[in-house]
Amino acid sequence: MSLFDPGLNLSAYYPGTLPPEWPGGYWIHWGVFVVIILAFVLLMAMGFIWLERREVGRFQARLGPNRVGPFGVLQPVADAIKVLTKEDIIPAKGDKLVYWLAPVVAFVPVLMVFAVVPFQDGALLADLNIGILYVVAISSVSVVGVFMAGWSSNNKYSLLGAMRAVSQLVSYEIPLGLSILGVVVLAGSLSLNSIVEAQHIPFILLQPLGFLIYMAAAAAEINRTPFDLLEADSEIVAGFHTEYSGMKFALFYLVEYCEVLAVSVIVTTLFLAGWKGPLLPPLLWFLIKVFGVFTVIVWVRATVPRLRVDQVMAFAWKCLLPLALINLLITGIQVLVWPEVLPWAVVFLNLAIMVVLILLWSKFFKLGGGRVEV
Amino acid sequence: MTVALSGGEIAARLEERFPGSVVESGQDSLLVKSESLRAAAGFLKTAPGLEFDYLTAITGVDYYDYFEVVYQLTSIRHNHSLVVKARCYGRDNPALPSVVGLWKGADFQEREIYDLMGIRFEGHPNLKRIVLWDGFTGYPLRKDYL
Amino acid sequence: MVIKTEPFVVNIGPAHPSTHGVFRMRATLDGEVVLDIEPVFGYLHRGIEKLAEERTYTQIIPLTDRLDYLASMSNNLAYVLAVEKLAGIAVPERAEYLRVIMAELQRIASHLIGVGAFLNDCGAFMTPILYMIREREKILDLFEMVCGQRLTYNYMRIGGVSHDIPEEFLPALKKFVDSMPGFIDEYDQLLKENEILLARSKGVGILSREQAINISASGPVLRASGVKWDIRKVDPYSIYDRFGFEVPTGSAGDCYDRYRVRVEEMRQSVRILKQAVEKLPAGEVRSEVSHLVRPPAGEAYGHIEAPRGELGFYLVSDNSIAPYRFHVRAPSLLNLTALREMVVGWKVADVLAIFGSIDICMGEADR
Repeated sequence: MSLFDPGLNLSAYYPGTLPPEWPGGYWIHWGVFVVIILAFVLLMAMGFIWLERREVGRFQARLGPNRVGPFGVLQPVADAIKVLTKEDIIPAKGDKLVYWLAPVVAFVPVLMVFAVVPFQDGALLADLNIGILYVVAISSVSVVGVFMAGWSSNNKYSLLGAMRAVSQLVSYEIPLGLSILGVVVLAGSLSLNSIVEAQHIPFILLQPLGFLIYMAAAAAEINRTPFDLLEADSEIVAGFHTEYSGMKFALFYLVEYCEVLAVSVIVTTLFLAGWKGPLLPPLLWFLIKVFGVFTVIVWVRATVPRLRVDQVMAFAWKCLLPLALINLLITGIQVLVWPEVLPWAVVFLNLAIMVVLILLWSKFFKLGGGRVEV
Repeated sequence: MTVALSGGEIAARLEERFPGSVVESGQDSLLVKSESLRAAAGFLKTAPGLEFDYLTAITGVDYYDYFEVVYQLTSIRHNHSLVVKARCYGRDNPALPSVVGLWKGADFQEREIYDLMGIRFEGHPNLKRIVLWDGFTGYPLRKDYL
Repeated sequence: MVIKTEPFVVNIGPAHPSTHGVFRMRATLDGEVVLDIEPVFGYLHRGIEKLAEERTYTQIIPLTDRLDYLASMSNNLAYVLAVEKLAGIAVPERAEYLRVIMAELQRIASHLIGVGAFLNDCGAFMTPILYMIREREKILDLFEMVCGQRLTYNYMRIGGVSHDIPEEFLPALKKFVDSMPGFIDEYDQLLKENEILLARSKGVGILSREQAINISASGPVLRASGVKWDIRKVDPYSIYDRFGFEVPTGSAGDCYDRYRVRVEEMRQSVRILKQAVEKLPAGEVRSEVSHLVRPPAGEAYGHIEAPRGELGFYLVSDNSIAPYRFHVRAPSLLNLTALREMVVGWKVADVLAIFGSIDICMGEADR
């Protein structure tokens, strides 16, 4: 039996992978969801671009774009048309093949993340039983694209940005993964759909510290302030994509917002009970939560300055990593000691633990200094 | 109020220490010989009661016959000031000793005077054009430049 | 395994979002660490000193607007003071008060931009500077009322100011003076103990007291290093001796202190403004001075405490209608002397934070 046989029922081999009752089985399901995901991601990314500009405008005591369409909603479309009609410039001494491939390499993994995201109960492309592991693995591939862009641009700023990107991503993968582990331990599954189903109360209440660690690490992963070192506008002038223009730049821009979307979606799924919610339809709940998370990310961006490269590293290794380990330990103990759920007592206990730990770390962990004698 | 010290009194002290270093002195300024500028400046910077630790400004003026470089000195400790001048003759290669070793603030100003007026400051660690580009011919602030 | 590395040279500027105009730094980097830095000037050199030698004393006033374009009023003031010193011209009382009001408003406007731009260089995403610009806008509106311009004012004249303030100016100014302290407090509250700002600026780019004096630093840069040196106090010009105000100083001489000094100076400027508005006398705003001033042969150095430091004009007169020599002692240029010593050994990101904390204006540094 060939893999391309349309009648192939993979769920017989991998139980729980597919909803077999769809007509046409695997391939139609696959085709429909790919289209849905592409449309969802592109539309949401555009929506995010608009929302971010409007929100940042409000945060900064100005209006934001409001000329194109009602409330300026068509601004991203106008921007897209503008950027797509621009000249595509390739640096004369750049590495052309790598330069050309970089945006694609950065873009594809971000899209792939959405394959395992449940938009509502069971509505997902592939309910992998290692879903969250897949997300962590795939999303770190993007950095290869970033590094390729920085390397092939033949620009010193870009190279600096690319170097920063790699070191930062490698550092933040660890607290990111550890903070997710807490959720996995609670849910007892790696599948995103099962994690959502396991959330009788949102895991943000049971894992407040894990949530904060995840948000911080994810902000670093997707290069948002205060960790936006690799594109640091005021230092290295957009970093890895300084030299990009036209379509390729648009792709990088899209990657940025797709990554934010991915993080918002994952946070919603892991910590905010995904599509669950009373009264409203699940998909709507899902979208509301995604936009809520995104608003928080934008809020942080509009508020704080940027950290320095060594401070960012120190924050990952000296602050987030130990906290994430302690969080995992506590979660493990709680799951072992109270296997039957006692949610509300644990909620308050965990909140108290979070406050104590954060206060402790803020006492002992100080940033600053850092001059090298030369 | 910053007291503008009289050039005459300082001139007497300078003459005592370095005979022949002062060319002329007036109420508001003091003209020192270009060869002894460096020594006189060092004296003014450290002599007790004077201690001109702050070099406010350096300017060059082109008087056709000679170039005059004007040093505005201030003492932050005593809150008094003094104007010291030095002249260099000849339009082809005028030169003066540099005071960067004493006041680092002279660095860019001496470079600027070199750039625009063409006065070389001997002993300056990095004497090259500052606002105009390398390879520019002529010295625009000279009176005979256009 | 030993990885063979070599330092590489990066040109920061002249076209760079954080170089405050067209300044260029040739930085030699070892990875992220700065090994050496060489400032390169001249991208905004317009030869103002040479141009001034061809113009009458009054015609030079608009030229001085173009020096430090974020503090044109201060430039006007410093220049007319130097000419008045050279020619011995008296200024009517009301004009003196108006000059002080304009200079202090200008100081607030300039510090707002300085502080906002510094935070931008630290990586804040435009938010602080836009709040600053919102407040600066009110000052620009006030300036527009008195002279019709928002950037290059050309307001001061030799022997006074160009014309009296309109009726609606004083109420608007009072309103501004009343609202400003609240704004500074609010803003200070947001940033004074911001952990990231502290991490980025405390202990970064330290300029010791001795170094600061030795490199002829002035203004907030000098005061942040602990030197209580403000021309308004140590050598009062105009009528500054009639106002009560403090000279804020720092202790460590780091970026944070420079930022704090600027914020505190804004408060003090508001204090001066309050007193000046109360005491403002009636009367003439300009003494009878010919448009073609012919100062007696001689020379004069007039200096003021401009927002960026000691701004001085050295004028040599040969008793003609144009100055024989016109030299600007530009605080921006001299404060930049400190840059190299401050940034060597720090990271790339710090270079721009330190540079932002010096707060320069290239129009003045290059002239």
